[in-house]
Amino acid sequence: MKISGAHIVCESFLKENVDVVFGYPGGAVLPFYDTLYQYDKIRHILVRHEQGAAHAADAYARVTGKVGVCIATSGPGATNLVTGIANAYLDSSPMVAITGQVARPFIGKDAFQEVDITGITLPITKHNYLVMKASDLPEIIKESFYLARTGRPGPVHIDIPRDVFTELAEFNYPDKVTFPGYKVKPQGHPTQIKKAAALINAAQQPVILAGRGVLVSNATGELKELVEKAQIPVITTLLGISCFPESHALSFGMIGMHGTAYANMAVDAADVVIAIGMRFDDRATGRISGFAPRAKIVHIDVDAAEIGKNVRVNVPIVGDVKHVLKSLNPLINESSRFAWITQLECWREEHPSTDIRECDGILPQYVINKIHEVTGGNATIVTGVGQNQMWSARYFWYNKPNSFISSGGLGTMGFELPAALGAKIGRPEENVWCVAGDGGFQMTIQELATIVQEKAAVKIAIINNGFLGMVRQWQELFYEKRYAATPLWSPDFVKIAEAYGIPGLRVTDKLQVLPAIQQAMEYDGPFLIDFVVEPEENIYPMVPPGASLAEIMEEPRETVHMGKNSSKHISNL
Amino acid sequence: METKIHTLVALVRDKPGVLNRIASLFRRRGFNIDSIAVGPSVETGLSRVTVGVSGSDAEVEQVRKQWEKVIDVVKVSDITSEPMVTRELALIKVKASRVERSEIIQIVDIFRANIIDVAHDSLTIEVTGDGNKLSSLYILLKDFGIKEIARTGRIAMTRGAGKPL
Repeated sequence: MKISGAHIVCESFLKENVDVVFGYPGGAVLPFYDTLYQYDKIRHILVRHEQGAAHAADAYARVTGKVGVCIATSGPGATNLVTGIANAYLDSSPMVAITGQVARPFIGKDAFQEVDITGITLPITKHNYLVMKASDLPEIIKESFYLARTGRPGPVHIDIPRDVFTELAEFNYPDKVTFPGYKVKPQGHPTQIKKAAALINAAQQPVILAGRGVLVSNATGELKELVEKAQIPVITTLLGISCFPESHALSFGMIGMHGTAYANMAVDAADVVIAIGMRFDDRATGRISGFAPRAKIVHIDVDAAEIGKNVRVNVPIVGDVKHVLKSLNPLINESSRFAWITQLECWREEHPSTDIRECDGILPQYVINKIHEVTGGNATIVTGVGQNQMWSARYFWYNKPNSFISSGGLGTMGFELPAALGAKIGRPEENVWCVAGDGGFQMTIQELATIVQEKAAVKIAIINNGFLGMVRQWQELFYEKRYAATPLWSPDFVKIAEAYGIPGLRVTDKLQVLPAIQQAMEYDGPFLIDFVVEPEENIYPMVPPGASLAEIMEEPRETVHMGKNSSKHISNL
Repeated sequence: METKIHTLVALVRDKPGVLNRIASLFRRRGFNIDSIAVGPSVETGLSRVTVGVSGSDAEVEQVRKQWEKVIDVVKVSDITSEPMVTRELALIKVKASRVERSEIIQIVDIFRANIIDVAHDSLTIEVTGDGNKLSSLYILLKDFGIKEIARTGRIAMTRGAGKPL
């Protein structure tokens, strides 16, 4: 029996176990929405801007491990998805984005709401399709989901003309896909794995650099086994956060521009760097020529093109992290590496990057710290981009995989609110906190309405410093405090929340921080807190742009131990 | 690092937009295409693409790997260091008065090229060979005045019984 293209899409969704889609209707996708209306099993979440649909699908994918799906109409609907698709591409998030297109006879005629969206998404997708026949849909959708989630995950975009949605075709969903040119090689070459093992066993001062690939490949257990067997300190990238419990004695924080001092010092001193599921982003490595100058590098990544792209590698292993670690771990000798670990612990004592200075006003670090305290660390933190992101990365300790959701590669301000929505939809039982800056929050503020409509109990913490904080910090440090276009007026966020039907609090007194977070947690529903923080607080340490990790700038002021922070590790030894 | 022109040969699926994907990738990653030629391969549904790209070995290896990541691309090989034959074809329309005609024909013979069109004031020459041969002929013909030239990209194949691509 023949069914319409729109039905084929919905039936294919069911085959792929899609139960949630994020989208926004419009002319070209109208036939699809009319059909989707009949499918009770597929929950459609109406965002307020298509960018929000893409970010929500991205975050949904990150917390569930499923493929996130977003839908938009042709033209402006499709172009509004672009930032979200690029975000998913750079952070290797599995996503299928569906756009409507003008009917086939109108393609290329500059028709109303026509844009060459496959031309636009070509360099920001793993693959994309313009569907010219309804009978091609089953195969294309099967391929798209397969590509999105296998190998190095990423977004796949399908552009479907309006009249393909209405065209009738047989629905036979293929069992498997055939790609002559797409090979996923998960195993890793045995010879290379042996070489890596020999290098690791002989290492005196090894470090592990763990990235998002560990989370994607579900290899947190294998990583822990390797770490404990060989006693190798673990340092994560920004997106690697939560792939290894931060309460673990061998967890040494984050590498990079705003990483911990001791992590960066350890990488600088290491004789072997074992990079696992990470891609040597410039924000992580600092100046490449000064990166890990003493180290031989083992690089495990499923994407062959990442090997040797930025950093010279001594032992490349192309493969899925989980598979490779399973083969590697038995070849690793048990070891104590007592001297090296003691050295790192000393550095951590001498450069306690997680301490918070004494201050009468509210420090952003203090706010994040208190969210950790109230939630007991039992929360998924979804951040914006900039200072709020770095404070969230550093002053909350992540122990559960995929509990830190952030825009790493693209650095998309405005990611936080729609992503928190997507995370909450994916993890309804979990505490989901959206940590936003006052700048980024206003980029996608309209998704408050979606949160209310979907009854998503997202807790929102705005770190309100009245500036575009990270840019201001650079202006302070590198542009002689010329604050060009960074002072930021904002509306009364509590009143805004109220207008959306979300209760909120404005917190200006340090003593109110803790009770406000408690109140938010106790409230059954979304809740917003506007934390008015010290306006010119900087995030330290910082590796200045163009400097190597060894040239880290630490906080110039006196720091005071706050008890909890320094006891983080000690209590877990 | 030593920069030279590498010859990359690829098999790609005959899908709409596949050349666009390849061109977009080269542009996006900042690699310069020195020459490109596309045609059918032994296998139906697959095209063979030959690209000349200049760079160091490491840079070109990065090109090759990024290129191989394109979903419609089946395989990419860098055959630069292997024994191979390369060919280009050029059509050259050269000014030729009655007096000059015989001299031009002599040059064409030396280069084992062909004259494929004759007009009262011009000759059109077809020449195949490697890039150097084509350039040498071009230089000699320049003295007569070249009206038009069309030149293909380079195609390449490894010699002998080596493993086919």
